[in-house]
Amino acid sequence: MGGIIVKEITAIIRPDKLEEVKNALAEIQCKGVTVTEVKGRGRQLGVTESYRGRDYKVDLLPKTRLEIIVNNKDADDVIDTILKTAQTGDIGDGKIFISPVDDVVRIRTGERGEKAV
Amino acid sequence: MDPTALNSGDTAWMLMSTALVMLMTVPGVALYYGGLVKKENVLNTLFMSLIAFAITSVIWVIYAYQLAFGTDVGGLIGNGANLFFNGITSATLAPLAPTIPITIYAAFELVFAAITVALISGAVVGRMKFKAWLVFVPLWITIVYVPISHWVWGGGWLAKLGALDFAGGTVVHLDCGIAALVLCIYLGSRKDVRLLPHNLGYSVIGAALLWFGWFGFNAGSALAANGLASSAFLATNTATAAGMISWMIIDIIKTGKPTVLGAITGAVCGLVAITPACGFVTVTGALIIGFATSFFSYYAMTWLKPRFGYDDSLDVFAVHGISGLWGALATGLFAAPFINSLGVGLFYGNPMQMVWQLIDIGTVVVWSGGWTLVLAFVLDKTIGLRVEPEEEREGLDISLHEESGYRI
Repeated sequence: MGGIIVKEITAIIRPDKLEEVKNALAEIQCKGVTVTEVKGRGRQLGVTESYRGRDYKVDLLPKTRLEIIVNNKDADDVIDTILKTAQTGDIGDGKIFISPVDDVVRIRTGERGEKAV
Repeated sequence: MDPTALNSGDTAWMLMSTALVMLMTVPGVALYYGGLVKKENVLNTLFMSLIAFAITSVIWVIYAYQLAFGTDVGGLIGNGANLFFNGITSATLAPLAPTIPITIYAAFELVFAAITVALISGAVVGRMKFKAWLVFVPLWITIVYVPISHWVWGGGWLAKLGALDFAGGTVVHLDCGIAALVLCIYLGSRKDVRLLPHNLGYSVIGAALLWFGWFGFNAGSALAANGLASSAFLATNTATAAGMISWMIIDIIKTGKPTVLGAITGAVCGLVAITPACGFVTVTGALIIGFATSFFSYYAMTWLKPRFGYDDSLDVFAVHGISGLWGALATGLFAAPFINSLGVGLFYGNPMQMVWQLIDIGTVVVWSGGWTLVLAFVLDKTIGLRVEPEEEREGLDISLHEESGYRI
C-alpha cells in the first residue's frame, strides 16, 4: 500500500441534528455511516437541572456519534457538510475528529483499499 | 327520605368513589413515585405500592375492618365481630352510614387504608428490603392505622371529643408522613441521595390520577351523594389548583424557572391539605389552605430536610406530613357551620376546636411515630430492614426481583 488513502471521520453531534446531517451526506453521495448514541461532556461540564428546589449538575449529556470512512479526496466535502448542517452556533454543537485509516476490507467480497470504501 | 334505608343514589356514588380511590394507589401513587426514582429501581418502587394494596385488601376483609369499624368498645377499638365478613349479607347496611350497604362502606375504608401505607414507601425506596416491606405493611395497618381510623372515624374517642377530619388529614396523611419520617431515619441515607427523576412523565400521569381519584377520596367521604359531597368536591379542586400555582410562584421566585415537578408537587400538597377540611370549609377557605400549603411543604423539603440530613427519598414527610398537619390545623380555623353543622372553627367563634385538632394531631404523631419505630426495630433485628450495599448499588429491580424496567 502506497501511503494512507482513506480517512475516518468521527463526528460528535447533537442528537436532533442527526436526520439533517444524514440527509445532507446522502446528497453528496456519502452513503455509508455508522451511528452510535453516546453520552459525553465538553468544556462546560454539562448543564444544571433543578428538582424540588435543589440543583444537580448533569455532566454527561446525550450525543450522537457518526463514523464515516471516506477516500482522502472526499474528506473535506464530508467535513464541510457536517459542519454546515450540524452547526447551531450554541454551546454543545460537538466536534469532528479526522484520523488516517491503514486499510479497509469489504467483508462480502474481500476487496481492500479504496475499492472497499 | 328514610335516613336508615338503602339509598341507590348514595350507593352508586360510593361504589364509584371507592373505585376512584383505588385508582389513586394503583397506579396513581405507584406511577407518581415510580417516575421520580432512578431507572434501576422503577419496578421495585411500583411493586411496593401494588403489593401494599393487595396485602391491605386481604387483611381488611379478614379482620382489620372489623377492628377499625366494628361496634365501638370503650372508644378504643372495634369489637372485631363478623371476621371474614361472616354473618354479613348483601342487605346489611353500614351502621355508620345507614343509607349504603356495609360491604361498600368497608371497601371504601379499605382503599383508604391501602393508600395510606402505600404512601409511606416513597420515603424508603431504593434501600428497603422487599421482604421487610411485605411484613411491615400488614403490621403497620393493624397496629397503627386500624386504631387511629377507629378513633377518628369509627366512633372512637377522638370522634367523641370533637376532632374534625373529613377525609383523612390526620388519619391518612399526617399518619403516613410521620411513619415515613421515622422509617427513613431508621433506615439511614441511600448511597446516592440525589432526586433525579428517570421519567418525570410517569410522575405527571401519577399525580393527575391522584387528583382525579381524590374526588372519590374527599367527596366520597360525605358517604352520600348530596350537597356536602358537592361542596367537598369543589373545595378539593380549588385547593389543589391553588397549591399548584403557589408552588410554581415559589419556584419562579427561588430559581427563576417554573418546574413541572414543582407544579405536581404543589398540586399534591393542595390535595393533602384540603383533605381534612374539604367537608367543612368554604371555597375561600379552600383557596387559602391550598395557596399556603405549598410554602410549608417547600420549606420542609428545602430547609428542614437538608438541615437535619434525613433521607426521605421522595419527600413523603414534607408533602403528606407537613401539608396534612397544616390541613388539620386549618380545619380548626376555617370550619364553617353553614357548610357542615358538625364543624365550627376558630374563625366562626369556636376556639376550642383548635384544641381538639391539636389533640388529634398529637395523638397521631405519637402513635404513628412510636409504633413505626418499634416495628422498624423489630423487623431490623429479625429479617433485616435494609438491602445489602451491593444490591443497592446494582439497583433493586435486578437484585431483588431479577427484572429490569427497560430493555434499552
